[in-house]
Amino acid sequence: MATEAKAHELIVSVSPHVRGKETVGRIMWTVNLSLLPAFIMSVYYFGPLAAYVTGLCILSAVLTEHIYQVSLNKKTTIGDGSAFLTGLLLGLNLPASVPFYIPIVGSFIAIVITKLLFGGLGYNIFNPALIGRAFLLISFPRLMTIWLKPTAQFVSLDAKTTATPLGILKEGGLDQLMQVFGDKADLYMSLLVGNRAGSLGETSVIALLIGAALLLYRGYITWHIPFSFLATVGVMAWALGGDSGFFTGDPLIHLLSGGLILGAFFMATDYVTCPSIRKGQIVFGIGCGLITMLIRLKGGFPEGVMFAILLMNCFAPLIDRGVKSKMFGAIKEQKK
Amino acid sequence: MGKTATFERGIHPRYHKDLTAGKSIAKAKLPQRIVVPVSQHIGAPAKPEVGIGDEVKRGQVIGSATGFVCSPVHSSISGKVTAIADFPTAAGKMVQSIVIESDGKDEAVDFKENPDYMNLGADDIKAIIKDAGIVGMGGAAFPTNVKLSPPKEKTIDTVIINGAECEPYLTADHRLMVERPKEVVEGLKIIMKSLGVNEGHIGIEENKPDAIEAMKSAVAGESNIEVRPLEIKYPQGAEKMLIKAIKGREVPIKGLPMDVGVVVQNVGTALAVYEAVRYGKPLIERVVTITGTGIKEPANMMVRIGTLMSDVVEQCGGLVEGAVKVISGGPMMGFAQWTLDVPVVKGTSGILVLAEDEYVSSDDYSACIRCGSCIDVCPMGLNPSMLSILSEKGFFEEAKEYNLFDCFECGSCAYVCPAKRPMVQFIRLAKSQVKP
Repeated sequence: MATEAKAHELIVSVSPHVRGKETVGRIMWTVNLSLLPAFIMSVYYFGPLAAYVTGLCILSAVLTEHIYQVSLNKKTTIGDGSAFLTGLLLGLNLPASVPFYIPIVGSFIAIVITKLLFGGLGYNIFNPALIGRAFLLISFPRLMTIWLKPTAQFVSLDAKTTATPLGILKEGGLDQLMQVFGDKADLYMSLLVGNRAGSLGETSVIALLIGAALLLYRGYITWHIPFSFLATVGVMAWALGGDSGFFTGDPLIHLLSGGLILGAFFMATDYVTCPSIRKGQIVFGIGCGLITMLIRLKGGFPEGVMFAILLMNCFAPLIDRGVKSKMFGAIKEQKK
Repeated sequence: MGKTATFERGIHPRYHKDLTAGKSIAKAKLPQRIVVPVSQHIGAPAKPEVGIGDEVKRGQVIGSATGFVCSPVHSSISGKVTAIADFPTAAGKMVQSIVIESDGKDEAVDFKENPDYMNLGADDIKAIIKDAGIVGMGGAAFPTNVKLSPPKEKTIDTVIINGAECEPYLTADHRLMVERPKEVVEGLKIIMKSLGVNEGHIGIEENKPDAIEAMKSAVAGESNIEVRPLEIKYPQGAEKMLIKAIKGREVPIKGLPMDVGVVVQNVGTALAVYEAVRYGKPLIERVVTITGTGIKEPANMMVRIGTLMSDVVEQCGGLVEGAVKVISGGPMMGFAQWTLDVPVVKGTSGILVLAEDEYVSSDDYSACIRCGSCIDVCPMGLNPSMLSILSEKGFFEEAKEYNLFDCFECGSCAYVCPAKRPMVQFIRLAKSQVKP
C-alpha cells in the first residue's frame, strides 16, 4: 500500500470536527462586563467604599478558589471567570458599610462550601453568591442591614444611614415612602437611577438594564426567567400589594426596588442553578416571583429575592424532569 | 423570495464552501490500483465473484448481492485481481476488499443502453438500480432499491431530491446540480416512476443560488417537480428535517420517511440512477470534494470507487505542512482517518483536511454548566446535556429514558457547547452500552 502520507501524524477523534466559538470563559467574562455599569453606579453613589467592598469580594473569591484547587492538586479554574463573577455578584449584593471580614467570609462560603465542595462549576445546586449572602445575612443580621445614604460623594463609615425603600414600605407603608421621596415621579426616578439606599449593585435599575440588554443581545440569557419573574412580581404587587383592597397596588414600586432587577437578570439566570429547558425556566421564574412577593408582603424580611431564587434553585432539577421539551415526531395524528 | 422552508432549531456553522464551490468537477486520474470493499453499504456484505489472478474490466461485477438489503460491487478499472483480504476503510473497520491492479487500458464491459427508459416498468427500474449497485450517496449508503420498495401498506406520494448539502465544506452535490441538472432531474423522474409517485421536490439551501437557478431551468416544463430553496441551516439535509421543511410532515419517533409517504434521495444518487437506467452504467465513480485548509489545491473530482484517498490527495497537491486531521465526509458527521490508505467508496462525499488552525481539541472539556444551548439547537428536541451527563457517569439505562436512540449524531450540540464537551462521543458510548 502507498505510504505517501506517513510523514503526517493524524489526529483521530469523534465528530464533529469543528466547533463554535463560544466558551465558558467567554460567557462568564461577558457577564462580568455586563455588570460594569452597575458597579460604576455603585461607586458613584457610595464612593470608594463600594469599590473597596466589591474588590475585596472578588479578590477573596478568586484567591479562595485558586488556593483550594492548587492545594488539592487540581487544575485551577480561576481563568474561566466564574469565581470572579461570584465575587462580583456577592460584592454588589452587600451594603457599603460592611467591615472587611464580611466579604472574606462570604466569598469562602460561596466558593468553597457552595461550589467547590459540590464538585465545582456545573455541579453546585445553589447560586454561590446568594448562599454567601444568605449566610452573612443570617449570621450578621445587624451589619448586613446598615444602609448608607447614597450621596454621590465620598462616604465614610460614620456617614448617615437610612432605610431601603422596601424597608420603609414594610415599616411605615406607602405614605411614609412618599414622605421620604416626594411624589411618585421622584420615587420612580430615584429607583431608576439608583439614588436610594440598598445593596451596592442593586440600586441603579438603568445601569442593570444596560448590562441585561448586552446579555440578551448576545443570547447568553433569554427572556424566559427575567420576564416571568418580573411579570409575576408585577401582577402580585398590583393584586395584593395595595393598602385599599385587591388590585390597588403599585407594581412599579415593587418592580424597581430591592434586588429584583439584579436578581431576575443576573442571578436567577445562573445556568447551573436554573432549569435548562426554556419552558421550565418560565415555571422557575413564576416560582421566584411568587416567593419574592410572599416574603415582601407577608414575611419578616423587607426583601425576598434572594430567598426566592435559592428556594427555586432546589426545584430546578425537578422542573427540568417535569417539562421535557417536545420531541421531533412526537405527534399522534397529522395531516397527510 | 418569500420565507424559505426549514425545520425548528439547528445551527449556523461557518460553511467554508467558497474553497471549492466555484470549481468544476475534474476527472481524477486513472488509478494504478483500486481497493473495493465488499461492504460499502448498510446491509449484508457482497460475496466476491472473482479470484486472485482473474482479469476484470471496468463495470464488471466483482462482488454479488447476497440478499435483499445488500448491494453488488463493480470494478471501476480494468486489470488483474491481486488480493482479496481485509483492509481498513474510512468508517474505521477492517472490511474484506478486492484489490485490482490496473492494466492501464481502462476497458469496459458492454453497458446496456436504453433510450426508451421512461417506458420501463417499476420492477425493471428497481432491478437495474439494484444490479448497478446504487446506494444512497449522501453518506448513509443505504441500498437505493430497498428504499424504492416500501411495504405495500405504506403509500408514497412524494419524492424529494436532497440538494441541501448542509455539511460545511462539501460542494459535490452543488457542482452536480450546476453542471448536470438535466440528468439529475431525469434521475428524479425515474425514481418517481418506480414508486408511482406524481410529486417531486428538489430541496436546495439558499447558499447555492447557481444550483437553484440551474435546477429551476432544468425542471421548466415539468409541472409536477418543484425546486424548493431552503434556509441555510445545519442539519437541513438530514432526511427528517428536509421532509419537515418541504412537506411540513414530521416523521414519527422511531419511524422512517415512508411512514409519512416520502422517499428522499441524494442528488448524486439521482444521477447514478439516471446513468444506470439510461446507459446501463453501474455505480463505479462519484464526485468527491477534496477540501480544507490542509490541502494544497482543493477540488471537486470525479473519482473511481476504490481509489485510495492518498492517490486523490496527491492529485490535489498533497497535504500542507501542519495538516492535522483528515476526515472522510463533512466536518460535522464525517469520520477522522488515521491513514490515507483507505479507499473512496460509494458513500464518500468528501475528503476534508484540517490544518492546525481549524482544529479544536476536545481533550480538556469541562463539566456541563447546563447553559441549555444544546437543548436549544437539537433538531430532534432531545436533551443532549442530560444525555452527556448520564453517559459520563455511566447511567446508560437512564440515558435511554432520555430518548438516547432518537439521536442521529448530527453534532449540533457539540458544536455549540461552551464547555467543549464531546457530546457525540458520550452519546455513542451510551448507545454501545445498552440495547435500543
